Amino acid sequence: MSTDTPTTEATVAEAHDDEAHDHPTDAKYVRIAILLAVITAAEVATYFVDIGPALIPTLMVMMVVKFFYVAAWFMHLKFDSVVFTRFFVTGLILATAVYCIALTASEFWSKG
Amino acid sequence: MSEQTAELTVGGDAAQPLGVYSRPKGGGGWRDWITTVDHKKIGILYGGAALLFFFVGGFEALLIRLQLATPNGTVVGADLYNQIYTMHGVTMVFLVIMPMAAAFANYLLPLQIGARDVAFPRLNALSFWVFLAGGLFLNCAWLFGDAPDGGWFAYSPNTGVSFSPGHGMDFYAIGLQIAGIGSLISAMNLIVTVLNMRAPGMTLFKMPVFSWMILVVQFLLLFAVPVITVALFLLLFDRNFGSNFFNPEMGGDPLLWQHLFWIFGHPEVYILILPSFGIVSEVIPTFARKPIFGYEFMVFSGIAIGFMGWGVWAHHMFVSGIGPISVGAFTLSTMFIAVPTGVKILNWLATMWGGKIRLNAAMLFATGVVSMFTIGGLSGVTHSLSPADTQQTDTYYIVAHFHYVIFGGALLGFFAGFYFWWPKVFGHKLGETLGKWNFWTMIVGFNVTFGPMHILGLNGMSRRIDTYSPGFGFELWNMVATIGVFIIALGVLFFVLNVILSARRARGLPPEPPDPWDARSLEWFTPNPTPVHNFDEDIEVSSLDEFWHRKWTTDENGKVVRKATAAEVCQAGDAENVHLPSPSYWPIVMSAGMPLIGFGLMYNLWLCVPGAALVLMAIYAWVFEPPDDPDGPFGHGHDDHDDHGDAEAGDESASDEGAPQEEAASVE
Amino acid sequence: MSSDAHAVHDGGTGLSNNKLLMWVFLGSECLLFGGLISAYLINRNRFGDGPAPGDIFDIPFTSVSSFVLLMSSLTMVLSLSALQRGDIRNNRIWLWTTALLGALFIGGQVYEFTTFLREGLGYTTSPFSSAFFTLTGFHGVHVSLGIVMLMSLLISSYRGTLRKENSETVEIVGLYWHFVDVVWIFIFTVIYLVPSPTT
Ligand SMILES: [Cu+2]
Repeated sequence: MSTDTPTTEATVAEAHDDEAHDHPTDAKYVRIAILLAVITAAEVATYFVDIGPALIPTLMVMMVVKFFYVAAWFMHLKFDSVVFTRFFVTGLILATAVYCIALTASEFWSKG
Repeated sequence: MSEQTAELTVGGDAAQPLGVYSRPKGGGGWRDWITTVDHKKIGILYGGAALLFFFVGGFEALLIRLQLATPNGTVVGADLYNQIYTMHGVTMVFLVIMPMAAAFANYLLPLQIGARDVAFPRLNALSFWVFLAGGLFLNCAWLFGDAPDGGWFAYSPNTGVSFSPGHGMDFYAIGLQIAGIGSLISAMNLIVTVLNMRAPGMTLFKMPVFSWMILVVQFLLLFAVPVITVALFLLLFDRNFGSNFFNPEMGGDPLLWQHLFWIFGHPEVYILILPSFGIVSEVIPTFARKPIFGYEFMVFSGIAIGFMGWGVWAHHMFVSGIGPISVGAFTLSTMFIAVPTGVKILNWLATMWGGKIRLNAAMLFATGVVSMFTIGGLSGVTHSLSPADTQQTDTYYIVAHFHYVIFGGALLGFFAGFYFWWPKVFGHKLGETLGKWNFWTMIVGFNVTFGPMHILGLNGMSRRIDTYSPGFGFELWNMVATIGVFIIALGVLFFVLNVILSARRARGLPPEPPDPWDARSLEWFTPNPTPVHNFDEDIEVSSLDEFWHRKWTTDENGKVVRKATAAEVCQAGDAENVHLPSPSYWPIVMSAGMPLIGFGLMYNLWLCVPGAALVLMAIYAWVFEPPDDPDGPFGHGHDDHDDHGDAEAGDESASDEGAPQEEAASVE
Repeated sequence: MSSDAHAVHDGGTGLSNNKLLMWVFLGSECLLFGGLISAYLINRNRFGDGPAPGDIFDIPFTSVSSFVLLMSSLTMVLSLSALQRGDIRNNRIWLWTTALLGALFIGGQVYEFTTFLREGLGYTTSPFSSAFFTLTGFHGVHVSLGIVMLMSLLISSYRGTLRKENSETVEIVGLYWHFVDVVWIFIFTVIYLVPSPTT
């Protein structure tokens, strides 16, 4: 990466790019999008096909997988600094924990 | 380096399209202040505004105590009384303690980590002006004769239109929303500042405890403000657009408000107190002439408080009917959170133990925090026990508790900070004699006011009542409390006198020489008052208390001996051609649009149009304004390639449009 | 160059301020949407005499608009990758596509809202309706803001100021865009697909 852009910031960013050089190709992005589309199709299929008590766990797993792929690949968390991941994951975990406790205290799980 | 600037300005300067203005050139006087992006000036602005609101909130406190001095008080009516105590609470929490903490954070955090400014100087100015807009908007409610009257925590359904038909609670919801935007922007800014702008060698664990506590507070704000944002939006929609979140008649759930408010509200308690903990942790080591005892414990207990503070909120709801399991769980978690707080108290005591203590005004206030906060903390533990709390809820015992924590903890800590850092900020010390009068009147008045409230509460006097009948045994202690509040007022008067007299005394004299207290952290490398560019050159940091270690060393017998005088260690503050971020008009313009939108929501939706237009125009001008004014006093120097300033200007101009657009959007 | 020393010394992460700011902001947004989603979940069976969620949701329709939003994440990342290669033309094409897909999603939401309104579910009908419209409305506002950001990027691209060197700007807008997408992934599953109460 030997460009002649003299900005401090750009140089820093590029120095960083050097470490994580394996930015995915467009083909890889498309493959991930196809995977996401397939999972979405499977999710929607649960609306038409009755799978009994496995429904909610299945939906949750598929949701988490989709979430993970978008965050890891499209948002580059897989390749970027772990600092970014930490911020996002802290927010996610905190929100999940706090609001799940609030829902529990409101007897959401037992009353629906 | 200069090609870069040229390149960055091409988009704006060459064509000068509509709406692109050059940066303000200063001009002296008030114009410098309203366009400033200097973290020190913004810190002073925060402090001044907070003091102003402190007088307003204090005046409200005097009215409350006058009304309650005797049974069947007639100073104010019940309706006005509701408004006064609500505004007293809201003002003191959101418009005094929080911005005063922001004042210290803004002024000191960049200095303590050895930076030239914060990461986003314009966003920093925006935070202040947005906060001020929110605070003024809230207090405008008085002019309309319709101030919020639902208590500072605004429990529904009291705050719904049926029980609160005026516009008071709308002022509450919108005003706090606006102020919250300021807090959120400031939190994001300071987090990035701490992570990215530290001086060479300044690892996180070489940061002073104050900087650490401010960092923890910014994280609390970052995650707590959005929760109250949600709550306030729902309240606003309930009141203005007929939604049914908190309306029991339609099946809505008042407990949802309580949960959302306290999920924010308990972290908020630590947002209020941790900055003062940080201040005390700087003052005590300096005046005990010992390093802080257990630095790591101090830091980790602060972080632990930050985490655990999220798991205790329902202790405010023990009598709200949340069920025995929730009550049990929150009783336990609340008892545990006393542990890290206790660690801090013990560490301060251990720091003072065996130290050569100089008991001046700053140190007096710091010891005041340690002792008064301990009392408040202990009464807090008594209502972590839900059976006891059931007895105490909504009585004056609670009022006594949180005043010991917030007045005895947070506010006294700020006074310690005033006396300690006044020479750094204004170039002269505050007077010691008046300072001691200030301390003793305040601490005595404080205990005379709030001590008896424990007794009143346990005897059954409810909080928030506008008067009481004779014969319940409330007369004596209410009168005592009212006398106490005037002693506090006297203490505040001593402080104001001290500010005026010490400024007058310092007039014409040279500024205070560097390092008046034999201090320990990086801000004291600069002369007094701090020059506009902060540091002449980056400081290479190799240890905690870097400044102290440059002055002192231990000889072969383990005795502390001086190796350099402060004058030798301190920088001269005479660096020239330091590149600084240019001032900007747009932060204040953008913030001016927000109250307009607020008034529009309440009175006439058309008013939202000019408000939103102002905000959008300011965002547009903000994004496209040139990064620097090459002709102005803040122009580029030739030798700026090795300072932080360059990176800052570049960073900010590149594009930070995402954040301000977001913020603007969330008020619309 | 001295900037390298800046990047690695102990005093900072060496990461871009702007990008860090956006990630910090997204961390905060988690709590905002968490609160709105909880407010919905608590109220989803409080529909009173009005329509119940299980009766009124049109899953096939929402599936299509969810798919549209999901694919806009792909086009967003393709626009960034084009700009990182210096391919201005494809960058613009994919930015336009992303904005259009986003607008399509918003259009779908407007259609959904008006249909619900016709079927008797107004904003004030019940706690369920208030919470539903508030949650999805907030999300819609976020998408709309994203579209505004995309349009600003396009404007600056046509002015010639959006080049390979400042591809980070596109990356940051992209982060916001993908975040709004993952929020919808969550909403689509938890609000629409998990069976809702019926009358
Ligand atoms: Cu609490």
